Amino acid sequence: MAVGLGDLLTEKTIKLNAQAADWRESVRLAGELLVAVNAVSPSYVEGMIRVVEELGPYMVVAPGIALAHARPEDGVQRMCMSLVRLVSPVEFGSRANDPVDLVFAFGAEDKQGHIQALQELAVFLQNEDAVTALRQCDSVQEAVQLIRDYSRKGEVDPTD
Amino acid sequence: MKIATLCGMGFGTSMMLKLFILEILKDLNMKAEVVPWDLGTFKGQQADIIVAPMDMEMHLRSTSAKVVLIRNLVDKQELRSKLVPVLEAYQGS
Repeated sequence: MAVGLGDLLTEKTIKLNAQAADWRESVRLAGELLVAVNAVSPSYVEGMIRVVEELGPYMVVAPGIALAHARPEDGVQRMCMSLVRLVSPVEFGSRANDPVDLVFAFGAEDKQGHIQALQELAVFLQNEDAVTALRQCDSVQEAVQLIRDYSRKGEVDPTD
Repeated sequence: MKIATLCGMGFGTSMMLKLFILEILKDLNMKAEVVPWDLGTFKGQQADIIVAPMDMEMHLRSTSAKVVLIRNLVDKQELRSKLVPVLEAYQGS
């Protein structure tokens, strides 16, 4: 069975009502959740920040939503994902989608193994009701449940 | 027809775009090869259509492919409304 979104975004890897002074701190917070569950090394967190610095803010994929990651060789122990919801949004410099209040971070061991989880995240993020509920929910338990409810497997076979 | 999706590393944002494009192609009953590209290696590669986040526009000024820039990458309506005319024009050409 492929690892899905509900296996990765758990009570340990979601942080609500976080405070970050700027985008770097928001990415660091999301990365630290992954370090805390021994899924990535601290160097990976710095890698995610470096990617934004070097390649630009294109990973702010939708209004208010960033999808941060670095390369497997930056220090991924196992496939993982985290979510930080900020109290006050931060600017990534994205002309399309700033400011950001939801920061997803992920680590992939290779370029294929995370596709199921990514697909489920895509299904979740496409659903405006789901994203609104995620922005408004009061507890991490609620957030976990929302993600499980709304991220059912999509229909596309990525190997098509 | 070859469609490339572009992002910095070739397996996050561009992979997500690829998944959406596959869905649209399926709905339209069209066939195309969809490949995620990364910024480091995409130069010198060939595609008919490149789909990329709007924030990557500066990297795509010299390509001969038809470029589709997307603002909200999880908004299938936006992707569909920008991509379908390009697909249809390609098929008609």
